[in-house]
Order: sequence, then C-alpha cells, then structure tokens
Amino acid sequence: MSSISSSATPSPAVQPVAIPWRALQPWLLFGAVLAIALLYFVGTEQGVFHLIGGSGVHEFVHDGRHLLGFPCH
Amino acid sequence: MLSPRSLLIRGMLVGLAAGVLAFVFAYLVGEGPIDAAIAFEEAHSPPGEPGSVTRTVQSTVGLLTATLIYGVALGGIFSMVFAAAYGRLGRLGPRATAALVALAGFVTVAFVPWLKYPANPPATGSEDSIGRRTSLYFLLLVIALAALALAVYIGRARVGRLGLWNASILGAGAFVAVVVVAHVLLPTIEEIPEGFSPLVLWNFRLASLGTQVVVWTTLGLGLGALVERTLRREAVLTASA
Ligand SMILES: [Zn+2]
Repeated sequence: MSSISSSATPSPAVQPVAIPWRALQPWLLFGAVLAIALLYFVGTEQGVFHLIGGSGVHEFVHDGRHLLGFPCH
Repeated sequence: MLSPRSLLIRGMLVGLAAGVLAFVFAYLVGEGPIDAAIAFEEAHSPPGEPGSVTRTVQSTVGLLTATLIYGVALGGIFSMVFAAAYGRLGRLGPRATAALVALAGFVTVAFVPWLKYPANPPATGSEDSIGRRTSLYFLLLVIALAALALAVYIGRARVGRLGLWNASILGAGAFVAVVVVAHVLLPTIEEIPEGFSPLVLWNFRLASLGTQVVVWTTLGLGLGALVERTLRREAVLTASA
C-alpha cells in the first residue's frame, strides 16, 4: 500500500500526533524554570553572579548582555 | 511518538548551535559599534578603574559564553513550546510547526521589546536608571508573552466558526492591539548622551536585532529538521517491523 501511495504522491500526509498535556506538564515547568534561571544569569543587572563572583562574571559576559538586548550601562 | 525528554535534549543541542552562530554574527557585526561606543565613553568620562576583564576576553570568550548560555536556555524552552504546539496546529508537520513557533517567539520575545526599548551600546545608559530600565524591559516582555497567549486563545476559540485563516488574523490582530497599547502607555527612555554618533547607535541596534534573527532562525529550522528526521526514521522502522 505504501509503495502505491508513494508513487502517486511525493510523501503520504501523516496527521501529526500531539503529545498529551498530562505528559507535557512537568517538562514545560522544567523548561520554564531552566530558561528563567539561565536568562537571569546573563540578563539581569549583576544577578546571582554578583553574589558568587563579584562583578568579574558580569564584566565577562558584558558584550553579550548589550548585544542580546538586555538593559545595561 | 515524540517524547518531551528527547525534544528537550534536541532543543538544547539546536540552542547550542544557535549560540555559536549568534556569536559569529555578533562578533563580526556587533563588536565594531561596541568598540566605537567604548572609545566615546573613554573620551567623555573621567578615567575610571580599569576593568577586571580585558576587551579581548570580553569580545571573544565572554561573548561566546553569553550567546551559548542564551542559546541553550532559549533552545530548551523553545522545544517545550514546540512540544505543546506540535499536532495542535491543524496538519502542520514538524518543520512548519517549528518555523511558526520560532517566528512567534522572535516577534514576541525579541522584536516587540526591541521596538520600544532597543538594545543600547555601552556608555549610552545612565547607571542610576538601570533598575527602572530593567523592570520596564521585562514588563514589556511579559506583556508581549501575555498578548501571544491571548492571541492563541482567541484563535483557538474562533477557529470553528471563522475557519483557520480568519481566526489566525483575529488572533494576530489582538496581539498587535495589546502591543500597540503597551508601547503607547509605557514610558519612553531617552538617555543617549549628547554627541554620540547616531550611525554607531543604529548599527549597534541592527547588529543586536540581527543576532536575534540568527538565534531564532537557527532554532526554528534546526529543531524542525531534527524532529522531521527522527519521525521519518521511526516511520521507516515501524513500516519494516
Ligand atoms: Zn553595560
């Protein structure tokens, strides 16, 4: 059957199957927490790095802060 | 079937690639305006303490570190939004779904904030207002995300009665309306110092927007291609089994 349909059309249209919400919920939460934490490191003024390593890390990623559009000096 | 875990891993891998490409673009296009801005800063302000990190380190390893963290973080959340959208956008396959989610992400997370509070090179913002500027920037970001959620909600609620095309236009219209109101109501920030080159400012802001285009294009095309390949392999395995 597949050989017949593939000769008629380039690729058989397959209905995409959604991932159930129940299976997604913890991963959506995890992804959100991960992204917020990482963006906080780069994006906010000083951020946690100020507590950990003084202004050294802030200076280190400074060009990225400006070019990625985060407010800075 | 796709699992959220495999999608998260693929998203972060694609994000890593996006971070590398963003670094290449930002280094080639953005470092020139940054150097010009720092030269302006040094010529117009009393000499401060020398930075603990050299300019060479900042513009290479430092910039790469920032774009990599940014890319991986964004890739992770992007893949989770993709996981929620896939199979819920009519008959759109993985590549079209990823491209559409990336386009929505770019407009919402990068373009809308950039229009109101565009990226500024060093030496153009006041130290005193950084807290306020950061709050306003993230406030607009949250408003844009809420506007996107509203657009999706309206589109989904109306798709039965209006059809996909018109429901999409209605949702997009709601997004634009909320964003325009926010842009009008939120305060404008104008702190560019007297005598700062408008060309440097313009080039820097374009470089910043271009970096975002590189990031989101890589995420959208990269994840779509990876998922498409995975699903094809699975289909072949299932067919041959
Ligand atoms: Zn700065």
